[in-house]
Amino acid sequence: MFLQSESETAAINMVIGASAVGARVMTSSSSPGISLKQEGISFLAGFQLPAVIVNVMRGGPGLGNIAPAQGDYFQATRGGGHGDYRTPVLAPASVQEVADLTYKAFDIADHYRTPVMILGDGMLGQMKEPVVFPEPIAKLPEKDWALHGRGDGPSRYLASLILDTTEMERHNWMLVRKYQEITANETSWEEYMTQDAQIVAVAYGTTARIAKAAIKRVRKDGVPVGLIRPITLWPFPTPALQELARRVNSFVVFEMSTGQMLEDVLLSLEGKGTVHFHGRPGGVVPTPAEFARILYREYQLKVKASS
Amino acid sequence: MKLLNAFPKYHKQNVVSHYCPGCGHGIVHRLVAELLEEMDLGKRTVCVNPAGCAVLAYKYLDIDMLESAHGRGTAMATGIKRVRPDLFVFTYQGDGDLAAIGTAETIHSANRGEHICVIFINNAVYGMTGGQMAPTTLLGMKTTTSPGGRNPRFEGYPLHITDVVASFPGVVYAERVAVNGPAAVQKTKKAIRTAFQCQVDGQGYSIIEVLSPCPTNWKKTPKESFEWVSEVMMKEFPLGVLTDKRGGGA
Repeated sequence: MFLQSESETAAINMVIGASAVGARVMTSSSSPGISLKQEGISFLAGFQLPAVIVNVMRGGPGLGNIAPAQGDYFQATRGGGHGDYRTPVLAPASVQEVADLTYKAFDIADHYRTPVMILGDGMLGQMKEPVVFPEPIAKLPEKDWALHGRGDGPSRYLASLILDTTEMERHNWMLVRKYQEITANETSWEEYMTQDAQIVAVAYGTTARIAKAAIKRVRKDGVPVGLIRPITLWPFPTPALQELARRVNSFVVFEMSTGQMLEDVLLSLEGKGTVHFHGRPGGVVPTPAEFARILYREYQLKVKASS
Repeated sequence: MKLLNAFPKYHKQNVVSHYCPGCGHGIVHRLVAELLEEMDLGKRTVCVNPAGCAVLAYKYLDIDMLESAHGRGTAMATGIKRVRPDLFVFTYQGDGDLAAIGTAETIHSANRGEHICVIFINNAVYGMTGGQMAPTTLLGMKTTTSPGGRNPRFEGYPLHITDVVASFPGVVYAERVAVNGPAAVQKTKKAIRTAFQCQVDGQGYSIIEVLSPCPTNWKKTPKESFEWVSEVMMKEFPLGVLTDKRGGGA
């Protein structure tokens, strides 16, 4: 079923209604529209209702433009709306992965009763690639919490209002335990040519694909660069970065922003190694040659100079 | 022997109301509960309740309920009814909720002719937050945010939102009623019954606006408030059927 809403605000609330009665439901927009949906995403988190929200990021702030960008990373990974919550964020880098992660997003949403965001960008949003659809799951999970009229049983109420402060605190800590479980079970990333890498690039989504092309170039000249591509942006693949930091001293963060995921890389590395940042905000899509130049320079400055 | 003052089946029993003395919410809650029982709808009902005083309606109505963010009730109800058309779905909203922050959701759910019922409690102020001016505040009426009385030059005019949506083809039934006396309460029950029946019959969207006293924020006694509804409020918001497009069934 598809329903066009009058606004993003209405759309996310239609999603809440449909989710509350047990439907698998999603909504999609681009950056400014996602800001409007944040009120409802906060309510979904409070209600503990599953839903999938797709953000195809564009240049900002404000209306910005409609070119590919990654400036909504903070908004996506820090909850986005008001209140003490997190939203799992999946970052596909190909059209195949868009399909795969959409299936996964619904499963995570249902399993943990949480809104899940798929964070793409204007490049992925307009890309055409062949796709093999995964097998649909045979049976959707039971949702014993869903409203369907009380029938002969007791009435139920889905709410986020908890006026008693100690009850609200208990609710918040319960959410934290859920987020810890998600962090333990759902963190995912891809490592590319990291086995012998002396420099590791960190990039997600479209930027990661550009970084891969750059790595292929510099590898031809014997520059040992690898890539770590977070697939979940929250939870962030901190364990993978910490493991790499045991033998790699030089990290390069590529983003189509002025440095947002950069902060998660710095937090994950806890001061180990050096971190160089290269970002192109505003809808400018960097080229493989541009990234390659950064990697060559990093190699000359950090690796060759110290060997 | 029948206990005459017992709560109806879909009203929680032995609850103490948080609503102020003379407030109209408790009356409308009871009417809704009675009708859900009389029309045999309670088992398959999902109610969307608002932000505002009636956010606590779940303490009284003994049916499945979903809390809404301020003003978003009819969007949520849309989501519910579209995926579960077998459910009976109504929203319960105040004037701040339905006619201010939720204006867009109200207008567009009505214009789509969603098969839902809207119970609209109009007390001409923001009740829960302490009596600020609402879109429905009468001209000259003093509120905490219009201390000199509502002046149309600066604060605009009372918004007749029910009249607006009544003009839409998708709105099958709209009526304005009041709860400031036994006869008015009976008329309100009849109106809500008609609205509920519209959904049962698959006719479409219905809205009942209830002029409801708010003695606390009106700075009046309950008795004065009841009189004020008749003497002042009904002059601005006359009672009656605003549209009736019921046909022979869908």
